[in-house]
Amino acid sequence: MLTEFGRVLIFLIVGVVFVAGGLIAAWLLRPHRPYPSKLTTYECGETPIGDTRVRFNIRFYVIALIFLIFDVEVVFLFPWATVYKNLGWFAFVEMLVFLAILFVGYAYVWRNGDLDWDKPQPKIPRYEKGVGVREPYLTEEEVVI
Amino acid sequence: MGLLDQRFENSNVIITSLDHLLNWARLSSMWGMQFGLACCAIEMMATGASHYDTDRFGIFFRGTPRQSDVMIVAGTVTLKMASRIKTLYDQMSEPRYVLSMGSCANCGGPYWEHGYHVLKGVDRVIPVDVYVPGCPPRPEALIEGLMKLQEKIRRESLAKKKPA
Repeated sequence: MLTEFGRVLIFLIVGVVFVAGGLIAAWLLRPHRPYPSKLTTYECGETPIGDTRVRFNIRFYVIALIFLIFDVEVVFLFPWATVYKNLGWFAFVEMLVFLAILFVGYAYVWRNGDLDWDKPQPKIPRYEKGVGVREPYLTEEEVVI
Repeated sequence: MGLLDQRFENSNVIITSLDHLLNWARLSSMWGMQFGLACCAIEMMATGASHYDTDRFGIFFRGTPRQSDVMIVAGTVTLKMASRIKTLYDQMSEPRYVLSMGSCANCGGPYWEHGYHVLKGVDRVIPVDVYVPGCPPRPEALIEGLMKLQEKIRRESLAKKKPA
């Protein structure tokens, strides 16, 4: 007799055979005429520049994170506002606490400068003159960012 | 591999039945390349929209040449665009068909004599299956062109062509 896991196994086998069968049949049947111009990256007919793998600036990560937090805040605010009258003072205070917590995060982000899109100003470490320590090519004042 | 690339000597009952199935499948789902070049593209959009509704023929537009079967060249093909059209046609997978829509794409249209920047017919860069005349053609004309293309696909065969 089949156990419950036996049925899962049958489903697994059927799934693998179904997908593999489809791919193999397509590989057998389909016209296969590759040439360089067909295999290039699709860029609306333009000559592609570089690879399809593009690196994004890491600072987008912070923006995405901030967006996510305040997006979820709004998602919570809408149902709260809809049934606000029925919930009374308790829900009002709860939401104030929730907003206050997120506001602390907002203040932190603002203070940290993550909302600014200025150029970053890295701190150039000072080098001491001495044996074994390389002198900087430029002094701190001469560095132009 | 590419079994469908082969050409068979004898057209027996299996080949003809397979032809029938393949052609039916291909002509019932002619997915178009989603791009328009000029005013003909407006008529093409109207044809794709709900009033003329090419979805009933299984024709709707795809955003990439890899998934499209039919390229509707709708509008004036400038010399700058011609090389792009060639690239796009190259990037479509077989079987692929081209429908030239409107006078400009057919032969240069009003730019025939003095259009220093216009290609005199898109068939100078890619092979065209169906020409739809008009400036621009009405949606009915485009639909007729698409049905002509369906007729053409219906006559395709895996068998080798007999010498006439």
